[in-house]
Amino acid sequence: MQSIERAAAVLRLLAGGAGRLSLGEIARSLDLAKGTTHGILQTLRKVGFVEQDKASGHYQLGAAMLRLGTGYLDVNELRSRSINWADPLAARSGEAVRIGTVLEGQVLVVHHVFRPDDTFQTLDVGNLLPMHATALGKALLAYGATPPASLDRFTSRTVGTQRELAAALRVVRECGWSSDIEELTPGEASIAAPIRAYGGLVVGAIGISGHVERICDSRYHPRPQLVATVRDAARAVSRDLGAARR
Amino acid sequence: MTERYVVAIDQGTTSTRCIVFDRRGQLVSLAQQEHKQYYPKPGWVEHDAAEIWRNVERLGPEALRRAGATIDQVAAVGIANQRETTVLWDRVTGHPIGHAVVWQDTRTDTMVTELDAEPGAEGVRHRSALPLATYFSGPRIRWMLDHHPGLQQRAERGEVLFGTMETWLIWNLTGGLHVTDVTNASRTLLLDVHTLDWSAESLAFFGIPRAMLPEVRPSIGVFGTATAAFPGVRIGAALGDQQAALFGQTCFAPGEAKCTYGTGSFLLLNTGSELVRSTHGLLSTVAYQIKGEPAAYALEGSIAITGSLVQWFRDQLELITSAPEIETLARTVTDNGGCYIVPAFSGLYAPYWRSEARGVIVGLTSYITKGHLARAVLEASAWQTREVVDAMNADSGLALKTLRVDGGMTADNLLMQFIADVLDVPVVRPLASETVSLGAAYGAGLAVDYWPDLEGLRQNWHRAAQWLPTMDDAKRETEYGNWQRAVSRTFDWIQA
Repeated sequence: MQSIERAAAVLRLLAGGAGRLSLGEIARSLDLAKGTTHGILQTLRKVGFVEQDKASGHYQLGAAMLRLGTGYLDVNELRSRSINWADPLAARSGEAVRIGTVLEGQVLVVHHVFRPDDTFQTLDVGNLLPMHATALGKALLAYGATPPASLDRFTSRTVGTQRELAAALRVVRECGWSSDIEELTPGEASIAAPIRAYGGLVVGAIGISGHVERICDSRYHPRPQLVATVRDAARAVSRDLGAARR
Repeated sequence: MTERYVVAIDQGTTSTRCIVFDRRGQLVSLAQQEHKQYYPKPGWVEHDAAEIWRNVERLGPEALRRAGATIDQVAAVGIANQRETTVLWDRVTGHPIGHAVVWQDTRTDTMVTELDAEPGAEGVRHRSALPLATYFSGPRIRWMLDHHPGLQQRAERGEVLFGTMETWLIWNLTGGLHVTDVTNASRTLLLDVHTLDWSAESLAFFGIPRAMLPEVRPSIGVFGTATAAFPGVRIGAALGDQQAALFGQTCFAPGEAKCTYGTGSFLLLNTGSELVRSTHGLLSTVAYQIKGEPAAYALEGSIAITGSLVQWFRDQLELITSAPEIETLARTVTDNGGCYIVPAFSGLYAPYWRSEARGVIVGLTSYITKGHLARAVLEASAWQTREVVDAMNADSGLALKTLRVDGGMTADNLLMQFIADVLDVPVVRPLASETVSLGAAYGAGLAVDYWPDLEGLRQNWHRAAQWLPTMDDAKRETEYGNWQRAVSRTFDWIQA
């Protein structure tokens, strides 16, 4: 935990200092070995908290540091990094794929891959979905997003109370994936799993949705094969975003 | 059936990738490695071919490991490669002679200008269906023979071999098979595009000994069996990267076109078994040839600066920190605010071909924010596409009905919508954005009967996204007019 203290000290120094500092200056200021300081700076650089000037090699606070608290992963960046894994998910599941992130208490659709049957479909990137009534939303809620104050009812199966929602989210955390079965639209079901970035932070969710009889088995449970496919895709995107293997 | 996968080697300009595909044409795993770019002088760009081969040797097994696949599960390997990059090597030692001269390299410009004025130039142009330009491999071979003492004599004795990247890789993969495919050969200026073999007259024009040239083969058909990187696996296909993307997009019928949006962008239109000679500044090229069948041809329009304009915006202007953020920034405003950017960084390419032009930003007022500039950056890619499509429609007599798109920039929804708007046709992204690799995999799989036929491949193609035009005609015409006025402001900037 000493390394966290030291990293905090480096950030305070850079935030308080005048402009860019060299490795030597930082090490001297904090009375640390150059090797140790360099290791801390490289890790901070990797997560975007520190930037290194190409020409001088000096360090300054990174853009990610300034954006702390406003969501650090650009949604277009998220789409760009996940596009190669969303396509195979649609192909393997035969269903439409969506990637969502949190925007003002709702799920913002940041990427959408059509169900691969070449029927007419329209892109709904930019649309907003309710958090508590969608698999994407529940995956986001389970790992830190703030639940909405009022739980609007869309079907007879929509989660209706905060207590019910809390119980559902506990299950999501235990299983590592979420679902909604006719909770937003009658006849429609979906499965989703969280997308993690470095440090395990959940930055979005990826999921499939389609007719309930295709998504669920005869017992009205999401098909295990589809769940596995969704989770594999979520892990693949997470790996690309720098989350540790788990 | 134990053969479950096909592997593609995508040997690109900045990196090499090995991708494992399954029977549905879906990506199973990917391994990628960048290689060093050498810029020894202004206008010179080089690669170390030995480094690139080492990368392939390492990435092949790595991609299989990531897929959890064993070598005996691989039905075939296909190659898609950066085109026109020129490698010479010693037949005995296998060592490259100097660095490979990359397609972007313009060191041959004076020589090409001189050669273009010679009486034999017209014949070269006619047989190759290409203009004499620094872009193509032939002049690079001439340059290398001129600048390495004794090389001409060694080449005549067959001691020195030439190849584009696929030739170099197949030679190394098989331990000494010296072959190329028709699509790569069609970018040398040395091929007769009708006979699909080297032209003795064109070789004489450049003074290039035939002994150094590889055998020209169909793009799709077994070249040989690998002994390294993928030991025991058949090499089923080799295609230039843009032709591979056309194949990966299953544009098998005349009139079908794709545009790959990367650093630059390349629009190819299948013209079938007919070679169409452009009168609007496009290139004619071989699209692919399946063994035992006639070749298919294509018209090609290349746009030099598209993704690289976004990179410039990121790295030189530092207005964004990652390329995808251009869309975020562009969405902070609702239009371009009257601002247009024409990225004629090294002149204008198709359909203008004006090397003296340089880039402009026009329409600047105190109202313009970085959001408007971001819009203008994205719109520049769309308007450049429009110009190439107009030229293609005029040359081929076919009106483009749908544009199939691929490449990294297809993740940008704002750009894709704008392209649909300015072309006034639907823009469709397939369920596989890695179409360059996919085309190589398709070709290789087809060669070894992993896939039955072209129709089988078509069934693998699915629409992943579609953008329909929404701009009204009057607005489109006004904006296109503005763009063309902006383009005219770039002319005659460099004074002779």
